[in-house]
Amino acid sequence: MTTHSLPARTDTPARTDAGRPARPGPGRTRVPGRRLLRQRAGRQHHAGPLAYVLLGIMALLSIFPLYWTMVAASTDNTRVSQTPPPFLPGPNLFSNLARAWDEAAMGKAMINSFIVAGVIALSTVLFATLAGFAFAKLRFKGRNALLMLVIGTMMVPPQLGVVPLFMMMSELGWSQQLPAVIFPTLVSAVGVFFMRQYLSEALPDELVEAGRVDGAHSLRIFWSIVLPVARPAMAVLFMITFVHAWNDFFWPFVVLDMTNPTVPVALTQLSAGYVRDQSLIMAGALLGTLPLLAMFVVFGRQIVSGIMSGAVKG
Amino acid sequence: MAISTTHAPAGGESPGPAPRTGGTGTERRRLGALLHKLDIKGAPYAFVAPFFVIFAAFSFYPLVYTSYISLNRVELATLDVMEWVAFDNYVELWGDERFWNALANTITIGIISTVPQLLMALGIAHLLNYRMRASLFFRVASLVPYATSVGAAALVFTMIFERDFGMVNWALGSIGLDPVNWEHDKWPAQIAISTIVIWRWTGYNALLYLAAMQAIPADRYEAASLDGASRWQQFIHVTVPGIRSTIVFTIVLSTIGATQLFGEPLIFGQGPNGITGGADNQYQTLGLLLYEEGWKNYQMGRAATVAWAMFLLLILVFVVQRLIKRLRSRTS
Repeated sequence: MTTHSLPARTDTPARTDAGRPARPGPGRTRVPGRRLLRQRAGRQHHAGPLAYVLLGIMALLSIFPLYWTMVAASTDNTRVSQTPPPFLPGPNLFSNLARAWDEAAMGKAMINSFIVAGVIALSTVLFATLAGFAFAKLRFKGRNALLMLVIGTMMVPPQLGVVPLFMMMSELGWSQQLPAVIFPTLVSAVGVFFMRQYLSEALPDELVEAGRVDGAHSLRIFWSIVLPVARPAMAVLFMITFVHAWNDFFWPFVVLDMTNPTVPVALTQLSAGYVRDQSLIMAGALLGTLPLLAMFVVFGRQIVSGIMSGAVKG
Repeated sequence: MAISTTHAPAGGESPGPAPRTGGTGTERRRLGALLHKLDIKGAPYAFVAPFFVIFAAFSFYPLVYTSYISLNRVELATLDVMEWVAFDNYVELWGDERFWNALANTITIGIISTVPQLLMALGIAHLLNYRMRASLFFRVASLVPYATSVGAAALVFTMIFERDFGMVNWALGSIGLDPVNWEHDKWPAQIAISTIVIWRWTGYNALLYLAAMQAIPADRYEAASLDGASRWQQFIHVTVPGIRSTIVFTIVLSTIGATQLFGEPLIFGQGPNGITGGADNQYQTLGLLLYEEGWKNYQMGRAATVAWAMFLLLILVFVVQRLIKRLRSRTS
């Protein structure tokens, strides 16, 4: 029942394949001559060669900068700075990666980023599922108002509070420390909304009611009924939050320094160095992107459907 | 309330200890009922509390406090010393050429990056909506830039737009055009920075559109094609209206992103030039100005003033958008 990866609406193309009712005309009977319709409905068109070509170009443009990052990271500084630019990988990929890891502080940055993104993603998923469950299935006074408040907070860019936040962190003694980056992003309004949308559809009211009749209290219902149902959406939310936390730039750049950076912060230092070693810079950029790329290769389908399912009612 | 007798098995994790001795059956039942009521009434608030507590502490409070700081003179080295200056920071900002320059740059880069981005996303979503082979590949491929951090993306594009050996100038040269000084000249720099933004976000927006397109009922297309609408007409009269709320949503998201633009121009400027947005501030955005005031000029009060100006800009954009929406619905 709820074992499919995400809400059913992402599957719509599959079910429109065959046996559609002809048209919303009189009687809704099958009209034998419907094949004579000049055109079929938009989404049922098969892609023509032009669509493949255009999408091919899109895919190429999407991937090429990363491919070229790899090419530049695998040559050396002199080759990168020549024209025409190199288009094929050179022999130095692993030595450059190793140099970036040691010399450019990328090693420490990667570990820091794993900690930061991991903690943020875990806590976002936990709190978003708790709140999403409450908003989707529990009745309480002020529910709608609070939900509107959650949605309203999405519109406020966190960057605007950066000055007081910086003061707060230096008062707490967290300047240049990872907690300064972790704490402000422990929750996410988008996450709460995402889990609410998912649970309103995927979690039948009867299941919650049955738990109540069995005498389970709310936390127990959450633990043994909601969590199993929510798991696929939680996995997707985890990955999306991880990506965002890994790539978050402004606040970490403000509050961290080069002795204790996250990946994006370390990357700015690479580019600002006095001795500019282009292939080293590119090796750093590649290193900082690899974990997310690996995640996209393995879980691409889930991430795509997660972003799409979060979108419709957004 | 019927469940109060069966509350005990689950009671191990319930708040408050259950009386083990001395209680009669009715007392226990009454306590169970009370706990149950407390659970029903209180648990929802407990579940949503973490979100609101953390949001209040680390987002809402700083936002409000920003306005207070902006009325003070505060230096980075002595954060606890505040000197009340009322609206001096705002008056100075109003008279500061760099502010108007940064505001103009933020708006122009915002337009150059958002308009093509959303139009291309619409086209890509339309293509992805066909039935085809390898559709998953194309979808994941369109998301690859989204997985790339601002840092990595900006570094690559900085190199691609490099004046002497960059790929773009090489390509221009090979078709006989003069090389462009991308970093130094105003509009080329803004176009290059917008390219980074477009590259990172087009695929993401395309997937949002695609999701909305798939939710359009098929019979609308059938009705349109019965009326003899061409594919293009179907796209304009069925698809675009069908995903209008998502289009508005992406416009809102991109607008917020555009007003906050920071990482791309910072890294594009490669170091010292980054914070000032080029030697002549030719691509300094409000985000960069905020950082420059606070962390380069050590004037936190003025930085807060810039932040507040950014917030007002955002509100202004939404008000204008609302007005346009209302006007349009009145005319139609």
